[in-house]
Amino acid sequence: MTDAVASLAEAAPRGLSRGRWALIFVAFAVLVTLLQYAGLLPAALHRLPENVIPPFAIWLDAIFNFVKDDLGLLTLTRTLTEGLQWVLDVTANLLFGKRRWPNIGPIPWTAIAAVTGVIGYSLGGWRMALLGAGTFTWTALIGQWDIAMQTMSVLVVAAPLAFMIGLSLGIAAWKYAWVNTAIKPILSVLQTLPFFTYLLPAVIFFKVGPTAGAVATTIYAIPPMILMTTLGLQKVSPEVVEAGHMSGCTRLQLLRHVYIPSARTEILVGVNQVIMLCLAMVVLTAFIGMPGLGAKLLAMMGSFKLGRSFEIGVTIVLIAVMLDRMSKAWVVKQPEHFPRGTPWWRKHIMSLLAVAAFVFFCIVAQFFELASEIGRRQSLSMGKEIDTLIKDFLAVEWVKATTGFLRAFLNVKVLIPFRNFLLSIPTFALILLIVAFALRLGGHRQATYAAIFFSLVALSGWWDRAVITLYSVISAVTLAMLIGLPIGILAARSEKWSRRVLLACDTAQTFPSFVYLIPAIMLFGITDIAVIFSILIFAMVPLIRYTIEGLRTVPAEMTEAADMSGATRLQKLWKVQLPLALPTMAVGFNQAIMFAFFMVIIAAFIGTQDLGQELQRTLAGTDLGKNFVLGICVALMALTFDLTILKWASDQKKLLGLDR
Amino acid sequence: MIDPTPVISARNVWKLFGPNPKAYLAGLPEGHSYDTIREDGYIAGVKDVSIEVGRGEMLVIMGLSGSGKSTLVRCFSRLHDITGGFIEVEGQDIMSLSEKELIELRRNKMGMVFQSFGLLPHRTVLQNVAFPLEMRGQDRHERRERALEVVKLVGLEGREEYFPRELSGGQQQRVGIARSLAIEPDIWFLDEPFSALDPLIRREMQDEFLRLQEMLGKTIVFITHDFDEALRLADRIAIMKDGAVEQCDTPDRIVLNPATEYVRKFTEDIDKARVVHAGVLARADVSGEGDPVMASASVHDLAKLLIEDRRAEIPVAGNGQILGALNRQEALNILVGSG
Ligand SMILES: Nc1ncnc2c1ncn2[C@@H]1O[C@H](COP(=O)(O)OP(=O)(O)OP(=O)(O)O)[C@@H](O)[C@H]1O
Ligand SMILES: [Mg+2]
Repeated sequence: MTDAVASLAEAAPRGLSRGRWALIFVAFAVLVTLLQYAGLLPAALHRLPENVIPPFAIWLDAIFNFVKDDLGLLTLTRTLTEGLQWVLDVTANLLFGKRRWPNIGPIPWTAIAAVTGVIGYSLGGWRMALLGAGTFTWTALIGQWDIAMQTMSVLVVAAPLAFMIGLSLGIAAWKYAWVNTAIKPILSVLQTLPFFTYLLPAVIFFKVGPTAGAVATTIYAIPPMILMTTLGLQKVSPEVVEAGHMSGCTRLQLLRHVYIPSARTEILVGVNQVIMLCLAMVVLTAFIGMPGLGAKLLAMMGSFKLGRSFEIGVTIVLIAVMLDRMSKAWVVKQPEHFPRGTPWWRKHIMSLLAVAAFVFFCIVAQFFELASEIGRRQSLSMGKEIDTLIKDFLAVEWVKATTGFLRAFLNVKVLIPFRNFLLSIPTFALILLIVAFALRLGGHRQATYAAIFFSLVALSGWWDRAVITLYSVISAVTLAMLIGLPIGILAARSEKWSRRVLLACDTAQTFPSFVYLIPAIMLFGITDIAVIFSILIFAMVPLIRYTIEGLRTVPAEMTEAADMSGATRLQKLWKVQLPLALPTMAVGFNQAIMFAFFMVIIAAFIGTQDLGQELQRTLAGTDLGKNFVLGICVALMALTFDLTILKWASDQKKLLGLDR
Repeated sequence: MIDPTPVISARNVWKLFGPNPKAYLAGLPEGHSYDTIREDGYIAGVKDVSIEVGRGEMLVIMGLSGSGKSTLVRCFSRLHDITGGFIEVEGQDIMSLSEKELIELRRNKMGMVFQSFGLLPHRTVLQNVAFPLEMRGQDRHERRERALEVVKLVGLEGREEYFPRELSGGQQQRVGIARSLAIEPDIWFLDEPFSALDPLIRREMQDEFLRLQEMLGKTIVFITHDFDEALRLADRIAIMKDGAVEQCDTPDRIVLNPATEYVRKFTEDIDKARVVHAGVLARADVSGEGDPVMASASVHDLAKLLIEDRRAEIPVAGNGQILGALNRQEALNILVGSG
């Protein structure tokens, strides 16, 4: 407690001067903007003139070309590609019968569904078995088996690869301090880089199609595996390690028999994240022409076939939920002992069952065509019917009126004016505003970063598009707060609802981002509002989640103290619970912004004028330099917010004595 | 019985915890106290300890929590690299051993039981016990046999296939003991090995220990908080405070002649009559008359005789010869608690 008071006393004068500086910045920015409105500001001060913008893209291209051709990286990667290509061909043959070695596929869908069911049962009982077998049965029945397997064939290669690379790097980072210091900053940048920046290099270095998809997916999924591995290894109890030493372990034995098994939980959590990120990314590789669920969804949405889009969305969601639940069940599953004298087959009953089911269905499939493949005509897809249903619904008078009104109102009254306002602010003034924000919330260091990062964005020459990106993010997150915070606060009032809503949030977070486009397009068609809407629902999830968590973890004695002081419910919420929950909520807010930056680029598919749109355009060509410049712009903006808000949250936690 | 050549010999051993212990120790003036060291930001886990453990000896280390007992033992087994001084084990400077030699030493000579067990969570009881054998590269069948044997020895028969988390604390501790026994170490470090056992099993395990030591002549360093246990087992007791050994001697002599005020306080509540043996009380320069008493008998054992006998000096016999005689009044003082 004395600590908190001391840091308060210390922070107070600094906070004041920081606040004053921030105010001065804001005042100056306002002044500059007013000058601009009055027409007194020279054009060169409003936007950076073209001729001072350094040709970053060209420079980057030169560097890439040097690395690619002169250093021979391309030959190296193309050689690597051969190996990867071979593995991918094998899985492609097994899963959907691509004509490649070993030419024995495709495996009948019934066999895959049955084996997944058995795995599900051994991990989490009947419900998990049902989820596993049910997901694949649905996929087959709805007639999406082939595209789903195209996606899976990349996933089953990328996820293990990401796991192994992540594990090795994680071990290296834990073992050697210098690896750790080298990796840390790269990881934090990688985690804010928009996925588009992964895609193009993958295409250029690894050929279009599944190989590039697999590479991009793998790289995308590596960072959390590294972090979890390091975390797990650091947490191994020193006495267990000492016991290993005293048992005469060599270094390798110690790692293999003591450290890694003891870090099992964290490593498996890493596996869960690897799988989920791989799934999210593999769907997105549709943008670089990887066939599969993502590509199909993209095509269906593009031609406004809402019914089929919806069905594919369901498939993706089911697969996501299944993979997530199963890998999480694996995390918590602890080994159980068998009584002594248990026969061999009993100990391995699950593996035996899986093999038996597999063989059985493979044989059945020889005799019954349907058990092997469900063709287009036999499938139960109701795409057309759902399509008309949705369109009919949207055409219903009051629905149409509502969406129409929302669209018109938001667009005309709120969004477009806001966008134009942001665009009207001189570059310099807007940077100053953001610096003031970073200074007030974070500190000098954060303010410096904000200044550098946003100046770089300005120098990139994509300022207007960056501002539009920022506008989408800010408006979507603001709307998400308006909706999400009340939901979170209401849900936090009861234990039961908290649990339900948290579960819903957890589940929603496992969905690949792509899926969020579906309801947006359904409701608002291909418009600006749909973009905002899809970002909004995507960003709302962490907001609700952290609001509930923040409010639920307010120490009981504090709310009791408020009760005893005779506070009303509202007073208690306003004066006690919210201030204490704020740091946690800020983390959710931060995540919402990160998610928004992520989604804004995916939503570019619907048609926007921001950086995402340009980024997507680069994918069609080989504009690596431009692609990187754009990607880094997005990353820099996201990082500014990330650094500032997280600093504020941790400062606030310290101040309130909530960190332990 | 106890071979005079020391198996472990420590000279001026220091173990400091802190940012830069080696440099700090080098510049450390003589006679710095534990507290001044702490004010400088260092913790003296082990502070200038010199001690020897003879072959076949059972040395018990006692002291309050945080006094450095575990740290000292970790220095002996080189789980900690010491900051200063020398430790020789079997005549080898343990700090100069290469990694390979150290592994060899641990695989064949040393065993250790950990205060909080240090079991591998993902291995069954049997696999845990067989772990050191596995690391040694023993073949599967042999190590299974041996592991079953020691698991039985610690009374865990029937639980071989359990995982540590399925066992109670006391059972886990016994797995730790079994594991350290598996390789039949010559030197055995035991860090509060019985702390989680119930009194009955504890007693059994102590007996088992005494039997093993008698039979195999192991050298044992044993940490405990329990004085009764120390008295039952110890050849010598070392009492630690703030990283330093305050006194290291046989139990009788510690209670009879505490070296410092701290040791006196520490041993205050002990029933001396049970600790002090006729042997220590015997003075060689006096020779009493009549039937001798055995040197190994405690004053408590002799109570009846001391009260009823009228002799002033009673002869004491040990190893088949008369060692001297004890003063009856002195022994009586101990018996009634005013010694
Ligand atoms: N790895 C370490 N790093 C820093 N300080 C340590 C470390 N290990 C032990 N210490 C410190 O050294 C001192 C002695 O610890 P040690 O574990 O040897 O005590 P102990 O006598 O075994 O106590 P207990 O009876 O509670 O087991 C303690 O003050 C402890 O905080
Ligand atoms: Mg200890």
